Amino acid sequence: MQEIRNYTINFGPQHPAAHGVLRLVLELDGETVMRADPHVGLLHRGTEKLAESKPYNQSIGYMDRLDYVSMMCNEHAYVRAIEQLLGVAVPERAQVIRTLFDEITRILNHLMWLGSNALDLGAMTLFLYAFREREELMDCYEAVSGARMHATYYRPGGVYRDLPAQMPKYRESPWTKGKDLKRVNAWREGSMLDFLDAFTDDFPKRVDEYETLLTDNRIWKQRTVGIGVVSPEQALAWGMTGPMLRGSGIEWDLRRKQPYAAYDKFKFQIPIGKNGDCYDRYLVRVEEMRQSNHIIKQCVAWLRANPGPVMVQNYKVAPPKREEMKNDMEALIHHFKLFTEGYSVPAGEVYAAVEAPKGEFGAYHRRWGEQTVSIEAARTGFCASFGDGRDRDRAHVAGRGCTDRHIRRRVRRDRSLSAGRTDHESHR
Amino acid sequence: MDQLLSLFNTYTAEFPTLWMTVKILLLPIVPLILAVAFFTVTERWVIGWMQVRRGPVYIGKGFLQPFADVFKLLFKEIIIPSKSNLFLFRLAPMLALIPAFAAWAVVPAGDGMVHSDVNAGLLYLLAMTSMGVYGIILAGWASNSKYAFLGAMRAAAQVISYEIAMGFALVGVLIAAGSLNLSEIVRAQGGNGGIFEWFMWPLFPLFLIYFISGLAETNRAPFDVAEGESEIVAGFHVEYAGSAFALFFLAEYANMILVSFLVPLFFCGGWLSPFPESWGLIGKGGPHWLAVKVAFFAFMFLWFRATFPRYRYDQIMRLGWKVFIPITIVWVMVTGVLVYTGVLVPNS
Repeated sequence: MQEIRNYTINFGPQHPAAHGVLRLVLELDGETVMRADPHVGLLHRGTEKLAESKPYNQSIGYMDRLDYVSMMCNEHAYVRAIEQLLGVAVPERAQVIRTLFDEITRILNHLMWLGSNALDLGAMTLFLYAFREREELMDCYEAVSGARMHATYYRPGGVYRDLPAQMPKYRESPWTKGKDLKRVNAWREGSMLDFLDAFTDDFPKRVDEYETLLTDNRIWKQRTVGIGVVSPEQALAWGMTGPMLRGSGIEWDLRRKQPYAAYDKFKFQIPIGKNGDCYDRYLVRVEEMRQSNHIIKQCVAWLRANPGPVMVQNYKVAPPKREEMKNDMEALIHHFKLFTEGYSVPAGEVYAAVEAPKGEFGAYHRRWGEQTVSIEAARTGFCASFGDGRDRDRAHVAGRGCTDRHIRRRVRRDRSLSAGRTDHESHR
Repeated sequence: MDQLLSLFNTYTAEFPTLWMTVKILLLPIVPLILAVAFFTVTERWVIGWMQVRRGPVYIGKGFLQPFADVFKLLFKEIIIPSKSNLFLFRLAPMLALIPAFAAWAVVPAGDGMVHSDVNAGLLYLLAMTSMGVYGIILAGWASNSKYAFLGAMRAAAQVISYEIAMGFALVGVLIAAGSLNLSEIVRAQGGNGGIFEWFMWPLFPLFLIYFISGLAETNRAPFDVAEGESEIVAGFHVEYAGSAFALFFLAEYANMILVSFLVPLFFCGGWLSPFPESWGLIGKGGPHWLAVKVAFFAFMFLWFRATFPRYRYDQIMRLGWKVFIPITIVWVMVTGVLVYTGVLVPNS
């Protein structure tokens, strides 16, 4: 009798569910994945090395690109680390704006996760629904920073500028005119805070809509319940954070455990899962979107009531006003120095972390002597080794292994971390 | 005029094969291809509407979009994988397409409006719809690609499983109608009760299972594992390009329209009106009623695609073997009892 052997199949990076960032060599027994061998590093860009050779402010934009679906959270960790080294106190209003945008980012990220995960499981409509809401929030990004994704909005010492008093409107186009134009601009008549108010009132209904399509859907449940189970012990041992850890039932959230920005001002709950499977992680993320919405609402109310500065008045770190530069030599010099040479931080070592949507995102800086060189490393939610994927993917049918979006984010982060470490070693 | 007519009659008598070919082209093929073309664009509009986007709007307001697509595909190069089996690789699309078109020979569009009114129409249909899967299996195997092969295996297993449930559902129809002829089956659903005379009521579980099996048989969402664009990329036709791909596409959509015709014919009174015959004009049957029913079921195909996630391959098997087949077997027996006790009276 002929021996029946497993066969290997190459999955990605050119695969619709790998999106060009992950390659797996899968060993299949029929349709069951017996082994998954990940090949990582497809998005390695040497960010840490690049950041070492630039003034601090010029590296903020790189942080956006580390995890390009949770942009401002990455910036947040980076600027917090610099602020800690400099010992700069950030104005309260800036802290609340950062909280606001961290939560907007969380919704953006979870919508992307939800939409593309559903798309990978064949539910195409949800993807477009999720992107409809993402569009509104992207407009908020654009309104404050001019960019829809890579905002560079957080700066050491605060944020780039205050929220706009007028939310930008859609212009008339051959497709959007008359009644349609009125409808899309309905929320945009007032300031950005008015827009966010309207959005937060509407968003829970949208989440209900997604849940109608998925939560009790038998097919969705069949494909996610009991899939990719991570026990709490395993999750801790692998160093998981974020929704992956909370999905396994461990209540760990930096926003609560080590409050930063203005999270201690606002009320919110931390959802946790029970079984640690794909379905629980889905539920956790959906509930996190609702909680983020709740936080945004509170931030908007606070920001309405408390006007004030959004940037420190320290010209060694923050640029002076344009008007001052016209008359004041000192201001002009400060501006020139800040944008050509940048600033130096005192010698020392710092690690600052935020609860990014995918888990803990941390920035590590180390600087010694008067040299300009400093060492930086980024850590994100899923730098736990990808090796654990092998255990989890075992005995799940093909088409399943690719459902958990984290895996590929994790791979990317993992690679950038190890690159950072190597640089560190060589400088020693 | 008379001269022309007699000339025409002479020609058709002299060249019966030629005349047959013209008839085949006129009745099922050209209208079917047009129907497929507009079904694709309707699908994109309907799903676009469900997904808060527009769908095709540019080329002739979208109406000419299918023709643009077809011409693009026809003018593209057919790329043949270097280690594929050339003969089978070229044969497979035709094997998928021919049965999909041939099945239409026995499908009536109205009373007496049928290409060939054979008595074994139902058997012929079953034979033709099962043949289509050979094209898919051969395409997957001949492409010499692992993804295509996975798709072919899935398609084979799926079609075999659902064929059985489908067959049993049709046995119920056969018992209730007492005929294998499709026109007879429709006539058996006529009567003074209008909609209540249709087989969908006494055979309700079979009606549902037949439609769902039809979805599975045509590899449509949520049963599109053989194609599974986000899992095995495009499954069996991943290596096909240009016109070869267009043939698969045509076959798939022709099959969808076929199932949209068969469900009303078997279960919803075909061309009969849902109102009693005694209501005069509105109670009179005709192709327009069939068109309405077909449009409804075709719309269901699109609606399902926009709503459901995809089943996993092993879950499809479980649904087919452990749920559908037992239910159909039981209901075939129930139908038998209904006929035996005289609740249902077959017309012949």
